[in-house]
Amino acid sequence: MKEIQFEIDGNKVTATEGMTLLEAAQSAGIFIPTLCHHEKLEPFGACRLCIVEVEANGRTKLVVSCVYLSEENIIVRTRSEKIDRIRKTIIELLMAHAPDSPKLQDLAKEYGADKDRYEKEASFCIHCGLCVRYCAEVTKKNAIGFVDRGIHKEISFIPEIAAKECNDCKECFPLCPTSYLQAAFVLTEALAFPATSKSESKE
Amino acid sequence: MVRLKTPEALESFRQEILSKRNPDKPCISICAGAGCVASGADEVIEAFKAEIENQGLAAKVDTKGTGCPGFCERGPIVVIYPEEICYLQVTAEDVPEIISETIKKNKVVERLLFEDPVTGEKAVHESDISFYKAQERAVLCNNIKIDSRSIDDYLALGGYAALGKALGGMTDVQVLEEVKKSNLRGRGGAGFPAGRKWEGSRNAPEPIKYVIVNADEGDPGAFMDRALLEGNPHSILEGLIIGGYAIGSHEGYFYVRQEYPLAVENINLAIKQAEEYGLLGKNILGSGFDFKVYVHQGAGAFVCGESTALMTSLEGRVGEPRPKYVRSNVKGLWNRPSVLNNVETWANVPLIINKGADWFTQIGTDSSKGTKIFSLVGKITNTGLVEVPMGMTLRDIIYKIGGGIPDGKKFKAVQTGGPSGGCIPEDQLDLQVGFDELTRAGSMMGSGGMIVLDEDTCMVDVARYFINFLTEESCGKCVPCREGLRQMHRILTNITLGKGKEGDIELLEELAETAVEASLCALGKSAPNPFLSTLRYFRDEYEAHIKEKRCPALACKELISFYIDPARCMACGICLKKCPAEAIDGGKKKIHIIDQEKCTKCGTCFEVCPAKFGAVTKISGEPVPEPIAEEKRIIIKKSKKESK
Repeated sequence: MKEIQFEIDGNKVTATEGMTLLEAAQSAGIFIPTLCHHEKLEPFGACRLCIVEVEANGRTKLVVSCVYLSEENIIVRTRSEKIDRIRKTIIELLMAHAPDSPKLQDLAKEYGADKDRYEKEASFCIHCGLCVRYCAEVTKKNAIGFVDRGIHKEISFIPEIAAKECNDCKECFPLCPTSYLQAAFVLTEALAFPATSKSESKE
Repeated sequence: MVRLKTPEALESFRQEILSKRNPDKPCISICAGAGCVASGADEVIEAFKAEIENQGLAAKVDTKGTGCPGFCERGPIVVIYPEEICYLQVTAEDVPEIISETIKKNKVVERLLFEDPVTGEKAVHESDISFYKAQERAVLCNNIKIDSRSIDDYLALGGYAALGKALGGMTDVQVLEEVKKSNLRGRGGAGFPAGRKWEGSRNAPEPIKYVIVNADEGDPGAFMDRALLEGNPHSILEGLIIGGYAIGSHEGYFYVRQEYPLAVENINLAIKQAEEYGLLGKNILGSGFDFKVYVHQGAGAFVCGESTALMTSLEGRVGEPRPKYVRSNVKGLWNRPSVLNNVETWANVPLIINKGADWFTQIGTDSSKGTKIFSLVGKITNTGLVEVPMGMTLRDIIYKIGGGIPDGKKFKAVQTGGPSGGCIPEDQLDLQVGFDELTRAGSMMGSGGMIVLDEDTCMVDVARYFINFLTEESCGKCVPCREGLRQMHRILTNITLGKGKEGDIELLEELAETAVEASLCALGKSAPNPFLSTLRYFRDEYEAHIKEKRCPALACKELISFYIDPARCMACGICLKKCPAEAIDGGKKKIHIIDQEKCTKCGTCFEVCPAKFGAVTKISGEPVPEPIAEEKRIIIKKSKKESK
């Protein structure tokens, strides 16, 4: 496979064709923050936290590194005043939903984000989609999905599938950055299939 | 059933249609577009048919329901050919008079003519009406002349001649070159050159390619595409087939929103008719070129007008934009090269092929060629669809065509480009409309929405309205758009409620930057425009709301109070009777006073107070004066006493 050489934060990096900037950075040991990225999943491009600057042919643009493919001779910067400002805003916007998420708190420390900057909306889910996509792409059960659209969008277990599949799996649980997923599961369980879970716990 | 096997057969069939038609035979054209139907066009059409039948004129007069000619404000519109007598706001009751006077005696019914609001002159013909005079109707002109459900009407006016020309005498490369040479730019929003987009698809290695019509028009107040889809569907279809031929695609799609049922119906009918005539399907006009068209109904998501979201939706998945940095003309629908153009762009293609790129480039400015259809709405005398050459000034569109602002109000701004466009203020009215000109002014062409705002409009409230629309229409996938717009809407709402704080403008600017720079798709990237453009031109209004709790336009309910000026109140009792909150105290010869505690700020008193008194006023940013003392409220023969 063709090798591509370019620069990230002043370091020479070699990537193979088709590799994203994020993958190339990770393989070179350069850290770029992410929330919706997972190595086993198709790039989603939703949290926009992995935004970086790319300089090519004398022009600079902002792109998200999880979907942007490596290109010969480009110059990538993973931090700048503007990037940091955008990341800070994204973190603050998400902390309006999940102020106590350890992952967000760590990021807030790094980027100087204020968890109380925006009015709170205690919905906890940050729509990274890790649970939904993991269940669809890796375990292929489709026991959880997104419902509704836009600001009304939320994750929802499909009770018929969840009752059969989830108790033995729960692989998505550790992926959730806010623990809202577990809460959603317990709620679905309590409402839709309490008998199943009780009988199983007695066994 | 005729099946046309060669371009020559198409031409002789056209002559056959024309030979059967008598150009001097009276024809009553009634607009059957959605706007006129809403104001009763269906009843008018029925009344004409019945009256013609009753009078035994069926063999002597034709009637047809046509496409929208654009002057929706004055619908239902009736045009009588061959004289082109134009009647406006026609009702079923007017029909017998039109038949007995105009059809039988060749006399004009004066009261149904357009009367110029300034000169008072009556206009007999459509072309005499000031609304139409300054327009250049290259695309819309046929709407009123054809029955939108009749392919023969389209053929009679030269329809499918461009297709015949392209398939019969031009190579696919020549067609592409002609479109490239015309410098036709996409009419849907971004203004990307159509020819370059086509070339990208044509050159892409994947052999299966698609051409798609973006008919997901969803901007509030915009109905350009709707008028074309409903009124002249064959013109779009013809453009699409020519596009398919130029790039080597054999499959086309109409992505049309289901809220346009008449458009869906007419497009489906047009496809069926074209298939029957051999203008679609296998071996079109004997050229060996095969092409098939499908109609897909969108479920009414604004974001599905965005190219990649549209294609994802067309594939049968949730209408969310794709995150990948790949052009859809190379990897689009089902990952194959796909040319997506807007309705109006496609409708321009047959004109360019017929009349040539040189004709097209004569019209317009250096960087924007041809004409553009705008839907001129809001605080404007003549509401409707206008088609003008690119480069016409906003002032000419608003005053010459639109007839200015009604009710003697002052112009404040014009909002162009749809919800994510911007507001252009009065000192820029001489701006020439064009893709780059509007972008430089902080707005955009978009698909051609033009909403005129007068002095009573609060610009902060306008920004709030559009940001609210975009928040509701965000697909919710990426954080800067979903969360950023939610917070922007919250802050803007607070400002209009008088809860604005120091630093709100800066916070909004920060959120706007994040949305512009980091959003996934064009919806999010352009969403802050309503805020950014109003801040650029009307920053003082933001500051007045935040610092002085004052709404300069006296529009934000929470920031105004209604007050009766005791010096002007004549105690007529009208506001007293009409106030739904019973908040007005007064009586015969007793000056009225509004109880501010009870007042719901509905504005009824302001509207009903006779203009000659003008006693009810709005106050913002300052306290309401104390009510006058009880003894001073009695009006004693005011006029006589004062005159002495």
